[in-house]
Amino acid sequence: MATVEQVHPEILRSRIKTATGSRSLQRARERVIEILLLLAALSSVAITVGIVGVLVFESLQFFKHVSIVEFLTDTQWTVLFADPHYGIMPLVSGTLVTSVVALLVSLPLGTVIAIYLSEYAGSRTREILKPILELLSAVPTVVFGYFALLFLTPLLQRLLPSLPGFNMLSAGIVIGIMIIPYVSSLSEDAIRAVPVHIREGSYAMGATRLQTALRVLFPAAFSGIASAYVLGFSRAVGETMIVAVAAGTQPNLTLNPMEGAATITAYIVQVSLGDLPHGSIAYQSIFAAGLTLMLMTLIFNIGGYLLRKRFREIY
Amino acid sequence: MRQGMNLQGRIARNKTVDRLFVLFGLLATFVGLLTLAALIADLAIDGTTRLTWEFFTSFPSRFASRAGILSAWVGTILVMIVTAFTAVPLGVAAGIYLEEYAPKNWLTAIIEINIANLAGVPSIVYGLMALGLFVYQLRLGHSILTAGLTLALLILPIVIVATREAIRAVPGTIREAALALGATKWQTVKDHVVPYSTGGILTGVIIALSRAIGETAPLITIGALTFIAFLPGAPIKAEFPFISLEWLMSPFTVMPIQMFNWISRPQEEFHLNAAATGLVLMFMTLMMNAVAIYLRYRFRKRIKW
Repeated sequence: MATVEQVHPEILRSRIKTATGSRSLQRARERVIEILLLLAALSSVAITVGIVGVLVFESLQFFKHVSIVEFLTDTQWTVLFADPHYGIMPLVSGTLVTSVVALLVSLPLGTVIAIYLSEYAGSRTREILKPILELLSAVPTVVFGYFALLFLTPLLQRLLPSLPGFNMLSAGIVIGIMIIPYVSSLSEDAIRAVPVHIREGSYAMGATRLQTALRVLFPAAFSGIASAYVLGFSRAVGETMIVAVAAGTQPNLTLNPMEGAATITAYIVQVSLGDLPHGSIAYQSIFAAGLTLMLMTLIFNIGGYLLRKRFREIY
Repeated sequence: MRQGMNLQGRIARNKTVDRLFVLFGLLATFVGLLTLAALIADLAIDGTTRLTWEFFTSFPSRFASRAGILSAWVGTILVMIVTAFTAVPLGVAAGIYLEEYAPKNWLTAIIEINIANLAGVPSIVYGLMALGLFVYQLRLGHSILTAGLTLALLILPIVIVATREAIRAVPGTIREAALALGATKWQTVKDHVVPYSTGGILTGVIIALSRAIGETAPLITIGALTFIAFLPGAPIKAEFPFISLEWLMSPFTVMPIQMFNWISRPQEEFHLNAAATGLVLMFMTLMMNAVAIYLRYRFRKRIKW
């Protein structure tokens, strides 16, 4: 027979009191933990605020000395010279040329790989090829720079004897190969996410796998594929070490990839390597260059968003 | 009849094109794989001769044959320690919040959009932010601490995304069981959800650190030196309080910067040093990725809900 423990009412009261006391303590602890976790999550927002804040603040100092008109229209960027010019165009052209070369390499290759892996390759082949391919984006970019300067450029010079040692072609091609996994993995995910019945409908009409992929799956998955392309472009524009090593550090207003030219990122590296006094105009110029870089990616991202909205397939 | 022939010809042609595409796809894939192979072979051919014991125990030097990567690999390890100790707690906590606590409101939406966008921000921009904020506003100097924090912020989105994915894979029944037994939310998270997703989180952390180890641009921007012929102060001391944090404020260099410095020199002998450094970097990166792939595979196999 179970016996009920006889407890003095006073003791019982104090027990209840400590129990409820610790419960409210526990509740407070839970609350504190939740707030700490929220703060951690907010730190990512703080990063963005920090980035935008620093870039805008330092750029404003820069634009006190340099008019925006000069910044946008002057065709020379010679900040470190005795006769300084502050025209961002040569750096923007260098950035665009290397990025376009990179995209010409990575978009076709990445898309073909994505279609191949999702529609043709068996699951075993895919399981093996995909991780190996993704190693391409894990290689340190300075190693890619070495490869571009000392392997690819000499190779290209055999085909094109007039190619200078520093050129945007070689740097662009290597950037393109580096971003293949970004393009192919995201595109493949998008293609595989297209519902099976759409694929089956196409097969039922007698289409081959390729016809299905190009005329049915590609348009259906275009929204996701466009995101992959935009990410690839962001990577190409922001790539630094490959261009700093292989494309040269001389600002050069040209659209010819066979020449060498500094990109926005290569300029920032070049200036940072020298010991610049804090607050000098050259110091501020790298922030103005960085802001330009951010705005370029932003414009392209908005473009990609509008494109996606225009071509979004709802199924 | 002619119509039928035509159709058959067309079908045959379509099928041939379809088969040819397999070749095309393999070819495209092999461009990538071939580059990777050529890259490693190129580094190995140029660099292997320089990979001696002295190379790891010597400081950089004006003479290529005497130069080594001692200060560089020590710097890399110290910076990675700061990065890991900052990014992992912060990233995991943020991931836990977003998966387990976050209400569906505008604040959560902002945090999520923000994390997605940070992935597209060029790494050199993080360097600019760190230069303006850490180096000059907070006066942390061109130090290991600044470098570690910069890389931590850079990989934070990767850690957060990996944590969220790992936590999402834990079935809701586990949470319900813990809550039904009277566990509080935090007890459920700390004793069940997080331990069960450790494998996924660890994989993400290793991938993130392997990315940070190869980063060069942001560290050049915050003013890493390229020629360092001394080591930071030792973290352990003979006298009280035995632990010294002096090394945090020390100037530094890391392996990718040392490699960049050697590539930029005109003399060929320095290029050999660069190749050797590149080999060490590649080895570290590939090993970390291999460990991550193995862990992912093992945990996926072991855990059956």
